[in-house]
Amino acid sequence: MQLVQSHSSKFSWQTLPWQQFAPWLIPAALIVLWQILAQIGIISTRILPAPTQIVEAAIRLALSGELVRNVVVSLYRALAGFLIGGSIGLSLGVLNGLARRAELLLDSSIQMIRNIPHLALIPLVILWFGIGDSARIFLVSLGVFFPIYINTFAGIRSIDPNLLEMGRVYGLSRKQLFSQIVLPGALPNMLVGLRYALGLMWLTLIVAETIAANSGIGYMAMNAREFMQTDVVVMSILLYALLGKLADSIVRTLERWWLPWHPSQQG
Amino acid sequence: MSAINYTKSDPVNVTSGAHVVVQDLSKSFGNFQVLKGMNLEINAGEFVAVVGKSGCGKSTLLRLLSGLDTPTSGQIYIDEQPLGGLNPFARVMFQDSRLLPWRRVLDNVTLGLKYQSQQRGQWALQEVGLADRANRWITQLSGGQRQRVALARALVSQPRLLLLDEPLGALDALTRLEMQNLIETLWKEQQFTAFLVTHEVEEAVYLADRVIVIEDGEISLNLSISLPRPRNQGSAEFAELKMRILDQILGRPRQLERDVSALPAFQS
Ligand SMILES: Nc1ncnc2c1ncn2[C@@H]1O[C@H](COP(=O)(O)OP(=O)(O)OP(=O)(O)O)[C@@H](O)[C@H]1O
Ligand SMILES: [Mg+2]
Repeated sequence: MQLVQSHSSKFSWQTLPWQQFAPWLIPAALIVLWQILAQIGIISTRILPAPTQIVEAAIRLALSGELVRNVVVSLYRALAGFLIGGSIGLSLGVLNGLARRAELLLDSSIQMIRNIPHLALIPLVILWFGIGDSARIFLVSLGVFFPIYINTFAGIRSIDPNLLEMGRVYGLSRKQLFSQIVLPGALPNMLVGLRYALGLMWLTLIVAETIAANSGIGYMAMNAREFMQTDVVVMSILLYALLGKLADSIVRTLERWWLPWHPSQQG
Repeated sequence: MSAINYTKSDPVNVTSGAHVVVQDLSKSFGNFQVLKGMNLEINAGEFVAVVGKSGCGKSTLLRLLSGLDTPTSGQIYIDEQPLGGLNPFARVMFQDSRLLPWRRVLDNVTLGLKYQSQQRGQWALQEVGLADRANRWITQLSGGQRQRVALARALVSQPRLLLLDEPLGALDALTRLEMQNLIETLWKEQQFTAFLVTHEVEEAVYLADRVIVIEDGEISLNLSISLPRPRNQGSAEFAELKMRILDQILGRPRQLERDVSALPAFQS
């Protein structure tokens, strides 16, 4: 089985390069067009610099060390906020999913807080935490918390009670019921939550870094704006897009690893 | 077909059917009494089929035997021991296969096993004729194959009591016939006690040593079927027994020409 599969995937690689290249054709064509328009002067470089200029800006900032420093700072904030908000969301989602009493006590309060757009809290958060890292990490945590919480909760509640009943008849302990039925059954939903959470993580961080920061990708962009360095501004935006895409690929890989049985992974 | 010789340390080495006694068993949901003081004895290794109108309490009785529900009053004895909580000797096969889609076929069969699970799982799959599908996902199986996997899962722990709640209800006629023969073969081989809930009188007469009709929360007919196995559905005796049970379920008066006293098997 394994042998046949790997052979057939290799087969499609060699004979069907079209499938690999097709998604990149339009972006590549656009970049070429953009380069040409910028070079013949139809697009002013003050409004939109040519792709080559953006690459040059990236190289310049990479050599000075500024690029790496700011990316590392942004990544740190994103991950710290994600870990805090994600783990609280996961724990509360599991707790409320399993225990009706906990749900009764907590869920409606959580739903009320959810109705406040977390970015609306920025002025308040700055008053509480100042403009240091804790403010940004707090905001990211809040943004990440809700999708993780809601999807974990919904995933656990969507488990077919008939399967749990079957598990009991077949002698599974409570721990086994959780690890062999509840968790794998809720996992598809939890990964949907993860995908949303990662999207919100970047979005929150972009806003928080642009409004008040003295380091990070968002700061780099705002700082460049003051000096009219459009190339650095565009490069920062592209950097966010790249990191967002990276996060999305990670979720896709997790789905391939963890949900090989799922209809979305077959055929 | 029993391919595996279990070692002495294996906990399920010796199997024999459970002896089941149901005493004054009642079950109510709120004010609604489903079972009303039911009495029933099932011998070790016996095959009992239960028929009756929809909603008469067949599944309720089966769930009480499995320990998934507790009786409102009365008692169930398994080998003279009163049943409290889940029945450890019983396995249930449901109408929907209730397989776990995130486990491969073999891992579904070995659910809850603690010893020699791979080996025993393979054996059970072989018994139901699906040894070559051990590594498939559940979504890659047909409905009939899923029920066979569910049967393998039920049998792998060599239960002493097999409870079947309309296990073939969702299958097409041809697959159902195949499955009936498979269940009969495995029952003869493993000698467990079988309790089959079905809405098909023909299936009940084909498989069971005894057919029970439930009506108004009580057993209204308790009919031994002593036709030799494998049974011939086309025979006159078979048709006669089937009619007799149907008459009871539908409340039709018995006709004179179907006088059962002519047939020694019909002592109710
Ligand atoms: N959990 C429950 N709560 C309330 N009423 C119930 C419950 N389970 C069953 N009942 C009722 O008990 C009666 C018997 O149900 P049961 O499922 O045993 O019927 P059945 O004989 O298996 O019917 P069918 O052939 O349709 O499966 C029905 O009237 C049903 O509505
Ligand atoms: Mg039923």
